[in-house]
Amino acid sequence: MNFLEKLLALDRRIIFLFIAIAVALPLFFTVKLHIEVTPVVRNLHNALEALPPGSKVLVSLDYDPGSMPELQPMAESFFRYCFMRDLKIIIIGLWPNGPIQANSALEVILNEPDIKKKNPKYGIDYVNLGYTAGNEVVIERMGSDIPVTFPKDYSGSKTEDLPLMKGVKNFNNIDFVYNLSAGYPGTVEWVLFGVDPYKIKLGAGNTAVQAPQIYPYLNSGQLVGLLGGMKGGAEFEIATGHPAKAVKFMFSQSVSHALICFFILIGNFAYFATRKKKGA
Amino acid sequence: MRRQLPILIVFVSGVFMVIQYFIPHESFEFIYEYAMDWIIIIGIFAMLLGLWSLTRASVSKVQAKAPGWGFSVMTLVGLATMLFLGFYKGNKSIAEGTFFMDLFWYIYTPIQATMFSLLAFYIASAAYRSFRVRTVLATILLVTALIIMLRLIPLGPISGVNQWLASWILTVPNMAAKRAIWIGVGLGATATALKIIFGIERAYMGKD
Repeated sequence: MNFLEKLLALDRRIIFLFIAIAVALPLFFTVKLHIEVTPVVRNLHNALEALPPGSKVLVSLDYDPGSMPELQPMAESFFRYCFMRDLKIIIIGLWPNGPIQANSALEVILNEPDIKKKNPKYGIDYVNLGYTAGNEVVIERMGSDIPVTFPKDYSGSKTEDLPLMKGVKNFNNIDFVYNLSAGYPGTVEWVLFGVDPYKIKLGAGNTAVQAPQIYPYLNSGQLVGLLGGMKGGAEFEIATGHPAKAVKFMFSQSVSHALICFFILIGNFAYFATRKKKGA
Repeated sequence: MRRQLPILIVFVSGVFMVIQYFIPHESFEFIYEYAMDWIIIIGIFAMLLGLWSLTRASVSKVQAKAPGWGFSVMTLVGLATMLFLGFYKGNKSIAEGTFFMDLFWYIYTPIQATMFSLLAFYIASAAYRSFRVRTVLATILLVTALIIMLRLIPLGPISGVNQWLASWILTVPNMAAKRAIWIGVGLGATATALKIIFGIERAYMGKD
């Protein structure tokens, strides 16, 4: 077996080792990458910029820890943006772990010096209404009555008693909806059961795997903008002028993607070289 | 009667949900909202059913000493622990720093993250073996995959061209294919819903 044939039958553990190095090693370096903000991210940012301070933004976190590397930086950068712009945040989750992820992101953001200066208060500037079972039916029910769908917040306080929720009856009292989704129920359900019947303004952040599925809703105008995977998250951080985790992790992701492309190319090179040899 | 009654309930509920959409009267809205609340309640009970089903499957696996029964023991222990800790202090158990949340952050989260991270390794290995220029279709797939992957990497002067190509792939061929799939799914779902409403499709009732 010559070198090319060995290359073709490369042990997958060697590939695993290279991938592990390509993912882990760049995390120890800070490399400034040139990240261009694409129109789909720019549109989301523009829609948010158009909101006046004090606008109520509903954030639905529909993912669990498995998707944290991609979606948690998006949650953090979005919360940071809202606090800086004095937008009021109402958090819910269609996934049981969503509200926990929100609390984790809030903990990070509320400890940042710029946000500390703003001193956002629970119940006035942000609330976490927790999780309610029912998937897309929850969206449908929120369209007619949000306090009935979420009678208590994450910590057990009555929703109606929270100052931020005063006057919030249904989607008519929400200025923007932002959904972070890793599957079902997620962005597709928000479009079908929120945008179409109640005409809500929706922006979304999705895992890279899920993003291509969401593109049809962008051109139709049902979705104002989309953050696709960590790259989308990094673009949003650039657009908001606050590069953070997603930008930092992009180096690791870029190196690992480059490595996969390299493996594909050398695999094809070996395939052709051995085929030619056999043909001769 | 055991078969007719469920079919009648499904028929009445199904027809109501269709016609209420076209009748904007408050009485219809009231019943509709009531039905929505019912669905949420059923969703909560479905969780209990899931718990029961998981427990029963795991217990029978342990009793039969089926292959991998040790994992079922772990499942039951994990389930019982989280249930106990969750109910023990009620809402206080989900405050940061509690034992319940420590288990969530230091056991559940790393397990989930590990499971998802394994994908990166398997995808890399699968891509190395399967993305070969064997046929025209395979070549198209390979070139598309490379363009989409390379859009995540800053490539200097050719980044702009690659971004444009990736964006075109996502917004034109990808979108056309997705729309076709969604339309197909929509028509299929409508047909299935009609079959269920009219009692032609009865698989949801299970076997007698």
